[in-house]
Amino acid sequence: MSLIAAKGVDVRYGGQRVLQGVDIAIEPGEIVTIVGPNGSGKSTLLRVLVGALKPQKGRVTRAPKLRIGYVPQRLHIDPTLPMTVNRFLDLPLRVGPEDAASALQKAGVPGVGKRQMADLSGGQFQRVLLARAILGRPDILMLDEATQGLDQPGSAAFYRQIEAVRRDLGCAVLMVSHELHVVMSASDRVICLNGHVCCEGTPEVVSAAPAYRELFGTGTGGALALYRHEHDHGHDHDHDHHHHEAAE
Amino acid sequence: MLDDFLVRVALAGVGTAIAAGLLGCFVVWRRMAYFGDATAHAAVLGVALALGFNISIFAGVAVVALAMSLLIYALAERDASIDTLLGVLAHGALALGLVAVALIPGQRIDLDAYLFGDVVTVTRWDLAVIWGGALLVSAVLWWNWSALLTATLSPDLAYAAGINPRREQLILTLLLAAVVAVAIKVVGALLITALLIIPAATARRYAHTPERMALLSVAIGILAAIAGLRVALLLDTPVGPSIICIAALMFAVATIGEQLRRIGA
Repeated sequence: MSLIAAKGVDVRYGGQRVLQGVDIAIEPGEIVTIVGPNGSGKSTLLRVLVGALKPQKGRVTRAPKLRIGYVPQRLHIDPTLPMTVNRFLDLPLRVGPEDAASALQKAGVPGVGKRQMADLSGGQFQRVLLARAILGRPDILMLDEATQGLDQPGSAAFYRQIEAVRRDLGCAVLMVSHELHVVMSASDRVICLNGHVCCEGTPEVVSAAPAYRELFGTGTGGALALYRHEHDHGHDHDHDHHHHEAAE
Repeated sequence: MLDDFLVRVALAGVGTAIAAGLLGCFVVWRRMAYFGDATAHAAVLGVALALGFNISIFAGVAVVALAMSLLIYALAERDASIDTLLGVLAHGALALGLVAVALIPGQRIDLDAYLFGDVVTVTRWDLAVIWGGALLVSAVLWWNWSALLTATLSPDLAYAAGINPRREQLILTLLLAAVVAVAIKVVGALLITALLIIPAATARRYAHTPERMALLSVAIGILAAIAGLRVALLLDTPVGPSIICIAALMFAVATIGEQLRRIGA
């Protein structure tokens, strides 16, 4: 049985159709990456799976007692809210100090427990989010553009950390990313999303698929090819995904 | 007898400070100050209804504050940016309340008591309501603390952890109405929001965790209540505004102290 599955999911914001007829299923232990251009509904799909967003059509089924570790794209902590790293790791369930220290170690930020969240660098902050997500011993880790704001060595190190976490916990990992070349190599399966699922499969299969090439081009510099993406790339419906900001 | 009266007044102030100090942290963290204003201002309408129908002031205030806060809760679901609407509701409710009080036949009503508080006339029954409300607010916050904090931090993190942030928002909405009912006797409808946000904002500067901020906020509120009462007795000024003046002074001192510490460091 899949850990979590969505079937026929439609999401609209106002008049904008963000997702249409999306099917996705995650199996235990696999690393799945969702790729797609800006505004293709990647974050929206993740929020639907997490339960933060109710789709207008379709349904999400979860394995019983599924534990989700969620790492959001970014987290704004109101400056009026004092928050040490250790207290943050304690939310919503209290954890022992050894567990907290070990999670920080695993996430690659040992010893920051007593610091204020607001004083962390971008990379440290993301790693603390990761530490909190793995503390609940999740069956599935969901990461939404978790390396945004990190430089390239930083984000490569972050992905290595995630692989190590997967080895440790044996959890499934579902990532959203636009960093194609980094992400593709680390994934068991890639789902190419553009309002609907364009294609999916192993990284080799997807990178050879015509739909993927139309979205991202054929070169190795996939990130640059994003901007060459045209609206009329031969899908059976029109979508103005480039203009949608709310999904980000 | 005099002692008894002073003790009653002090106890009313302390009970109110506990409830407002705890809930005030969430009001500050979630930027609900205008929400608080609208709910508190609606209390004047509750006073008018209570006088008109000859029921307990607490009951009238609680019912109208509850109705207002639930209305805002429902509106907030449709539209996240309801700042302007909150302004309309806050001042509309206040104006309607003032007009309604004037329309009540019979004795002339001392409106000041409800706008600025009238803690010197506090009875044993009032005290029971105030402390009952304060204990209720504290208990509900205690039981839901972790979920409330997670939902305040990020609704999406809450959803991922199986917490419904809308439920947590509803809990805070109901507690806000309770605090308004508790506080109207002590500081009055116009200054309830001040009692919610000033102690919490003062505590922020000296707290490293949410829990410490909440406890410090209560301590600052209690201190302001007792000091405000003393000042009021000494200068023969109204108690409610005196309490808020002391709280505001503490905020100013804390802010300046913080700046000086930063420059020194």
